[in-house]
Amino acid sequence: MSQSEQPLLQIEDLRLYFRTQQGILHAVDSVNLNLYRNEAMVILGESGCGKTSFTKAILRMLPRNVHTYSGSVKLNGQEVMQLSDEEYRQQVRWVQVSLVPQAAMNSLNPVLKVGDQVAEPLISHFGIRRNEALERVAESFQHVGVPADFIRRYAFELSGGMRQRVAIAMAMITNPDLIILDEPTSALDVLNQANIMNVLKRVKQETSTSFILITHDIGTSSELADRAAVMYAGQIVELNDAEQFFVEPLHPYSQKLMASVPKLRQVEEPEFISGQPPSLLDLASGCRFAPRCDHRFELCENDPELLPAGRRQHVKCWLHQNGDNP
Amino acid sequence: MTAATPDTAQARPANGSAAQTEPLLSLRNLRTWFELRRWGFGRAGTVRAVDDVSFDLHAGEAIAIVGESGCGKSTLMKTILGLHMPTEGSVIFEGRDLSTLDAKELQWYRSQVGYVQQDPFGALPPFMDIRRILGEPLKIHGTMDEAGRQKRIREVMEEVRLTPVEDILPRFPHMLSGGQQQRVVIARAMLLNPRMIVADEPVSMLDMSVRVEILRLLQGLQRSHNLAVVYITHDLSTVRYFSERIFVMYAGEIVEQALMDDLLRNPLHPYSNALLAAIADPDPENARVFRDVPPGEPPSLVNPPSGCRFHPRCTHFIEDLCAVKTPLNFEPEPDHRARCWLYQDSPASS
Repeated sequence: MSQSEQPLLQIEDLRLYFRTQQGILHAVDSVNLNLYRNEAMVILGESGCGKTSFTKAILRMLPRNVHTYSGSVKLNGQEVMQLSDEEYRQQVRWVQVSLVPQAAMNSLNPVLKVGDQVAEPLISHFGIRRNEALERVAESFQHVGVPADFIRRYAFELSGGMRQRVAIAMAMITNPDLIILDEPTSALDVLNQANIMNVLKRVKQETSTSFILITHDIGTSSELADRAAVMYAGQIVELNDAEQFFVEPLHPYSQKLMASVPKLRQVEEPEFISGQPPSLLDLASGCRFAPRCDHRFELCENDPELLPAGRRQHVKCWLHQNGDNP
Repeated sequence: MTAATPDTAQARPANGSAAQTEPLLSLRNLRTWFELRRWGFGRAGTVRAVDDVSFDLHAGEAIAIVGESGCGKSTLMKTILGLHMPTEGSVIFEGRDLSTLDAKELQWYRSQVGYVQQDPFGALPPFMDIRRILGEPLKIHGTMDEAGRQKRIREVMEEVRLTPVEDILPRFPHMLSGGQQQRVVIARAMLLNPRMIVADEPVSMLDMSVRVEILRLLQGLQRSHNLAVVYITHDLSTVRYFSERIFVMYAGEIVEQALMDDLLRNPLHPYSNALLAAIADPDPENARVFRDVPPGEPPSLVNPPSGCRFHPRCTHFIEDLCAVKTPLNFEPEPDHRARCWLYQDSPASS
């Protein structure tokens, strides 16, 4: 994956604000991101930092109280923000981009057989006949480690791990260019987590699919990631290669996040991050992490930009604004 | 194993500092089975959710019960809490068998045992403010007057660092962050000065950055109040921070028990090994390798596999033995037992 190649997904200045009773909520605040073919990008951050809103903005699955939805999202070079909702549904959603939603295990329809549910995108988007679609579903089930005859079962007859794998099979069934996974393992136990990550690794090796993996679980995310983005208060504060990120993150927030992970194989005690993330309703000027940061100094009263720090790293922090990589 | 009297407890090798005293909680060959019925009558089988579990828990001691979903750990917890009645065997708290207690004594038992639920939002009634949620247990159990109750609520809220207290008291659960909700649940468990806390995956629904904070809080409470803690989880990486002994549970049985360091250093049972191997610490190397996961699914608890219940998924399967005979509880290292035929040369207890 070379930098000169055209990115699969180019996001520029994407904003998603919501209208609430208390005011305007800045859930996604000017996010820029490039994602290449067969690349896995993990997006990390605490609850309420805008991770899920970011996926909703990409997939245009918006609630009613949207205040601002702007910016540019190019998929395979095509600007999709210009498409009408119906065009978007027909050309993009589940054709080029599909989603494994948060709590996917509970997002399956309880009164439909899982095979019929997974076949639905094929039938509705590609007009494939039901029997043929079901054959493709059975293949796809085997791919993710679900016995093929489970297509005739209902969701409640499957264990949590199985349901999650069915949701992944459904996201894969149309061979999309990009699969967005929103917390795919957070409700599962460790063996199922490891299992799901193995399935995703295999899919990544065997196809040219790209992944955006949204999670707060740093350990699990390192199983798939090529690159990592850290989100804080609606903005990306660090973009880094997995190779460097999981060893030595750059932004003070990423460092704290990394230090908060309980590690099985190391003796160091985890630290927690004191303070709360800022409210996305009324954001102060300046760096949004400054109130919780140990490295705070005068410059932090101004908002830093997400600038390159090293060859493949971008950091939104005054400590790194000279482009160096201490 | 017979019920431990103070004499036999003294005769055993020292097991932490608390070994000299009578255990606070003892489980003796505990079985909790559920009957499946067909059309409302007629038996369709039995779910053996907890099958022959015995252990002692001393005052001030923290233990962890670890296993995957569906291994029976929640049923075990509910049996300890008195929410399920054991099918066989007994739960003994301070020398009294739970099944012999009358309603009043059971109420006393509930005041002695705090329960920290897994999902804090689900565990807090959405239509009550925090003042009412925390006032309720004191009203039901207490002899305190209103002023005394308010004082106690404030005291506990300070202790679990739910501050500023005045700001939080009139709020409803949905107005609090996940970490604060979990603190309310912990405060509720601590209100009646319990001697034991049962925590069911208390941090699995929380953010990483908050998890450590909550675990530290529980650890601090355990030390300052000399609480016994039963910590139930599937994630061994969080167990390290405050449990002294670990029990690994599989298909309703305890398959390995050890001091925490011994288990992490040298897991004996192949299943414990698998649980440890499944955990990923942040490391870019992870993306290049596939993780070893035992094949297959956890077994049905209606018809558990014969012999060792882990044998269909085990990589160390021994022909003509594992599928035929139930393994004994071997003790290859002092105070470190495993229900596995790999250690058949070691001394065994039943």
